[in-house]
Amino acid sequence: MLDRFLRWETALLVLCVVVLAFGASSDGFAEASNVSFLLLDYSEVALLAFALLPIVLTGEIDLSVASMLGFCSALTGTLWDGGMSFETIVPIVVVAGVLLGSVNAVLIVRFGLPSLAVTIGTLGLYRGLAYVLLGDRAVTGFPENYRPLATDSIPGTFLPYATIIVLVVGIAITVLVHYTTVGRSLYAIGLGAQTARFSGIRVDRIKFTLYLVSGALAALASLIYTLRYNSARADNANGVELVAVAAVLLGGVSIFGGRGTVLGVATALLAMASLRNVLFLDDVSNEIQNVITGLLLILSVLVPVVFKPRRTKDVPLESSTVDTERRSGADPDRGVRRDHQGV
Amino acid sequence: MVSRGTDSFRACGGVVHRRERAVIRASSRESAFAGRELGIVVALVAVVGAATIARPSFLSGQGLHDLFLNASIIGLLAIGQALLVITRNIDLSVGSVMGLTAYLSGQLFLADKDLPVIVVVLAGIGLGAVCGAINGALVAIAKVPALVVTLGTLYVFRGIDYAWASATDTTQINAYQMPAGFLELGSGSILGIPNLTLIVLVVLAIAAYALHNFRAGRELYAIGSNPDAARLAGIPTGRRVFSAFVISGALVGLGGVLHAAYFGTINASVGTGRELAVVAAVVVGGVAIFGGSGTVVGAVLGALLLTTITSALPILGVPAFWQRAVDGAALLVAISLDRAVMVRLAERLRAERAVRRE
Repeated sequence: MLDRFLRWETALLVLCVVVLAFGASSDGFAEASNVSFLLLDYSEVALLAFALLPIVLTGEIDLSVASMLGFCSALTGTLWDGGMSFETIVPIVVVAGVLLGSVNAVLIVRFGLPSLAVTIGTLGLYRGLAYVLLGDRAVTGFPENYRPLATDSIPGTFLPYATIIVLVVGIAITVLVHYTTVGRSLYAIGLGAQTARFSGIRVDRIKFTLYLVSGALAALASLIYTLRYNSARADNANGVELVAVAAVLLGGVSIFGGRGTVLGVATALLAMASLRNVLFLDDVSNEIQNVITGLLLILSVLVPVVFKPRRTKDVPLESSTVDTERRSGADPDRGVRRDHQGV
Repeated sequence: MVSRGTDSFRACGGVVHRRERAVIRASSRESAFAGRELGIVVALVAVVGAATIARPSFLSGQGLHDLFLNASIIGLLAIGQALLVITRNIDLSVGSVMGLTAYLSGQLFLADKDLPVIVVVLAGIGLGAVCGAINGALVAIAKVPALVVTLGTLYVFRGIDYAWASATDTTQINAYQMPAGFLELGSGSILGIPNLTLIVLVVLAIAAYALHNFRAGRELYAIGSNPDAARLAGIPTGRRVFSAFVISGALVGLGGVLHAAYFGTINASVGTGRELAVVAAVVVGGVAIFGGSGTVVGAVLGALLLTTITSALPILGVPAFWQRAVDGAALLVAISLDRAVMVRLAERLRAERAVRRE
């Protein structure tokens, strides 16, 4: 297992190096201003990916992250338009994000509904509510004293303030996932929710909390997004859930849960941000960039399947029963419950 | 592990005993689904009733004509999606495939306006089937989860659409660039029933019959109920899932061509975000998201209900901006109801079993 991880992350690093080498050949890639731009450009995606990582580790998914971002952005715009001070808006928006996350959590954890279906539903619902709030208007003119937090770098360095926020969140997630009991139990839940429950892990409580965290991080990302573009629109970050999911899976996290590291996801984020930046500098259109993100997403799942170690092939039946158990999240007291992974 | 224990427990029971239980289960399930389709019809009547009170012309001949027309293309997509969801798969790339095939039909007419309509229709179906085959190959052969594959191809197909548009420098293709016969296919009607609706009804009849009576159709349900058991029972699961993706892709391709024929203007963004509406329609129509149950008739009724709600919203004084939210909320309500029904069903079965044991 461990050597597989290492190999995956080595491959990612190679990807990083290749992208950076390409970057070095384009004009202005290594300039401090471009590096800041590169880091800023992926700050929201990084926050969403960090929110998704622990959820995917438990074998669930949250496709509504970008819609939560969109709703929180629209809410920020509405409140700012209504004359509220930005200091008051921030806590309200974060609470709103947690509330959105709690709707997901209640439906998935309390009602036992499949997270895939629920978050496809809330993806539409939250984005729809964003349109209800703002329509097709755009709110601009956010306070100049806060905007630098999302646009500027710390004086004398190339590190943007927003990147510091992302790093802090990243470190917090690293500690949570890799250095706490809860973190260990995320893997246990992902490998078999039933076994984890019988081992005394509070599966429901942990999953519930993860969805709340996801909402809070989406709200934080929405504040950065809104300030960075100085524009609150209902379609802010539309479709960004793809990029976040791609980063998580490219980072070597198994879509079935139970496998993956924060380091892998961080490397994947860096590789994707550099790639996007290089393509941008080479005038590749946004649409082609989306094609490449889509291909990366498919490849990240395809490659480990194709290059599966041989020994799993020798015992097909055993591996399939493990898969089944994992897929169905077999759960005796909730006979009808299924997880999303089969889908 | 636990389920295996239960199975061996069942094996100890008498054969007759087991068969009786099977009969009970089948009938309970059937009544639940008849209930679902009835529920949709009731909801439809309520929505149409409310809208008719607010504006009587809603239920006029023209009003009904429009309702069916609006539901047609999404209904076609829902039939394909239902096939996939029944096998415990999903296709999130439908909006992009639809956009790509709509754009293809426009481009074909730009190249040669005298092209026979049937050639364009077949080309659209063919391209859709190819897209479906790509999804299907990745899912069925490479064993990558459908969610991930189709989330990826959603962006790949859409990107190809845009790249094509920018490479040929054609941002929009308009009605005057298409032959009258093609536009007639989209807007015409036979005996007062829109052509599009007739096409959907034919496809629906074939799909419903095949799914209910053909061996391959029944096997789709088996695969969705339990993929491993289906494989062990000798069902070629990979081939069936692949075929379901190809058929679904072909239907989406047809949907794209019909979209072009109906609206007459095509750009590279046709169908963006439609996957939500299609998945919502299928789930609202009673196809369980984890596979193994549901009907294509339900899926089409779900599409009809959602589009009717969309048409009724402005009449009832709700801004059109609510549409996306309503689609999402409908999906959530549907899966919550499903869950509640299943819990009740499970309780009833347990009670029946307890009575029998005494």
